[in-house]
Amino acid sequence: MGKRILFGIAAVFLVVAGAYASFYIAPTERTMGLIQRIFYFHAATAWAGETTFFVCFVANLLYIWKRDPKYDWLGVSCAEVGLVCITVVLITGPIWAHPVWGIWWTWDARLTSTFVLWLLYISYLLLRSLIEEPDRRALLSALFGVFAFLDVPLVFFSIRWWRTQHPAPVIMGGSGAGLDPTMNKVFFFNVLAMHVFAAFLIVERCVLERTKHEVDLLQREAEA
Amino acid sequence: MTSLTLPPTGLRLENIDKRYGGLFALRRVSLEISPGECVVLAGRNGSGKTTLLRIAARIVRPTAGKLSFPGASTETDRNGRPGYVAHTTMVYDELTAEENLVLFARLQNVQQPVARAEELLHEVGLYERRASAVRTFSRGMRQRIAIARALIHRPSVLLFDEPATGLDPLGISWLAKSLGDVHRAGCTVVMSLHGESEISALATRAVQLDAGSVVADTNSGASLHSILTFGGA
Amino acid sequence: MGLLSNTATLLGKELRTEFRSRELLTTTVVFILVVLILFSFAISPTAVESREFGPGLLWLAILFAASLMLQPCFLREQANDTLSSLRLAVSDPFAIFLAKLIANTLFLLVTEILMLPVFAAFYNIPVLPQLHYLLLVLFLGSLGVSIAGTALSAISAQARMRELLLPLLLLPLLTPVLVVSATVSVSLLDREPVVQWKGIGFLAIFDLVFLTALWLFGEYLLEE
Repeated sequence: MGKRILFGIAAVFLVVAGAYASFYIAPTERTMGLIQRIFYFHAATAWAGETTFFVCFVANLLYIWKRDPKYDWLGVSCAEVGLVCITVVLITGPIWAHPVWGIWWTWDARLTSTFVLWLLYISYLLLRSLIEEPDRRALLSALFGVFAFLDVPLVFFSIRWWRTQHPAPVIMGGSGAGLDPTMNKVFFFNVLAMHVFAAFLIVERCVLERTKHEVDLLQREAEA
Repeated sequence: MTSLTLPPTGLRLENIDKRYGGLFALRRVSLEISPGECVVLAGRNGSGKTTLLRIAARIVRPTAGKLSFPGASTETDRNGRPGYVAHTTMVYDELTAEENLVLFARLQNVQQPVARAEELLHEVGLYERRASAVRTFSRGMRQRIAIARALIHRPSVLLFDEPATGLDPLGISWLAKSLGDVHRAGCTVVMSLHGESEISALATRAVQLDAGSVVADTNSGASLHSILTFGGA
Repeated sequence: MGLLSNTATLLGKELRTEFRSRELLTTTVVFILVVLILFSFAISPTAVESREFGPGLLWLAILFAASLMLQPCFLREQANDTLSSLRLAVSDPFAIFLAKLIANTLFLLVTEILMLPVFAAFYNIPVLPQLHYLLLVLFLGSLGVSIAGTALSAISAQARMRELLLPLLLLPLLTPVLVVSATVSVSLLDREPVVQWKGIGFLAIFDLVFLTALWLFGEYLLEE
């Protein structure tokens, strides 16, 4: 318990430090001004979301192979935390884009595949809510998770090659490309902070899922 | 039931566990059934009989433990695949009796599938209705097509889950005779039953399950009787 | 070859069942027709525009129709637990999937071919000049829809609210198929037709990826 609290404090500290750095340490961007600072938060969260998605995929594969419930807990935790990350990305993106480029949204490769990823995460969680038996739920959602993961690169490239306007407005920016060294440092610090924070949330969610599992077990034994 | 030219095969379960989300349907069940035995599985509803049969039929995957068929020539040998009859027919309502049997015969690489299907239709007394859709069959007829399907590939092990359910006395007599024939031809029979009947009289051994564990396993006639009459309450 | 002969036998069964009742084909044909008509009411295109988004609407109609048509795929095996008897009888469970996805592709293709003249009439787009390429795109696209749809139908059949669940799982997953098929179709039906081989190749890759995934994980989809 103590370790988890410490981890939580460290995670929050890093995020706050990252926010501070975004506002006070990073220099102001020449053309976009103040609003650009949201980029550190936005892009870092996007990276954390993608890592989480990958971990979810690995957890799904491990569950199919080993059938150990803890991989199922990891899978659902990653999916929920990942969903939050992606939601944040989809909200902060337009907030940044509108004052700078005058549009709320564009159908470029990265944005569109992020949106489809968001839809797939939601389907994954919805599927889980519609299967009652825990082992079936774990197996079927793991299988769907694998299919969804295989789909995402296909979505990305299909949009990139057939839907992206030319020349493409580089809206969410090539992260790290041609950034001032200080900005780079702030950016990667934020990436670290968001990963640690996401990891913390995943751990807490796993613990919650394990408790649910144990309560469910006790309930079933009582009824039997 | 004729033409069983297969190696006598037994059934072995070693430490089989089946968990459904933490609840044990079967707990460390070990059972050795010799080739040619006729065994009754008894126990209350929910004791694990259906789960055990479905695991033996390889439809359900056990959480732990090993299943084998001693005597079967190879693991994938057609004759090593048990015949399985349950509460539903497990055939297609919209196809005719003959089409269903030919389908399952073809899938299992039975030689001359059409001839074999006709042979079985004669044996279960459905030849007259071979061109009717199974949808139109009565409960008794449905049971018979289910048995025909299970026997189409000449299995050496037959698994039967509560075969007498919904059958009238005539149907039960017919079933007892058919099972007797199959058994005498060398097939190993495992069936779950409630109570005593002409069918249970065929059994030489009874295994009682309670809450997923084996609580009794006997060859003696008196014990058999008591398991079937009290255990199945 | 056990797999091929099992697949052929099961395919025969699927086709025979459908041929007797014709319920899937009729409802799918009518559904696409209705959707195409509704699109015409909602959007009134000029001759130029209809070439640009007519094909896209056609593919959209196909996707919607497919997500309904694929629902009974595994549900009909639940009525008498025939899925168990099939699993007992076949040498390789992949045969069950292969037979169903081939059947589903055929049903979709038949529906699309029947709809082509109607589509050509409604949107004033001549389809005959590029018919062979158009059929190729229809085939590869429908195959992709079928493979993903058959796999997901096995999943949704084991959950509650399966009628709503299948479209929800399937449609986001099929984004690449929709984008590429629609785009390739548009350039095929343009006044100066162009065959986008990259797109056709991409559809083939999508089909291959999901067919492989289904081959690797299919038996787990059917597991109890």
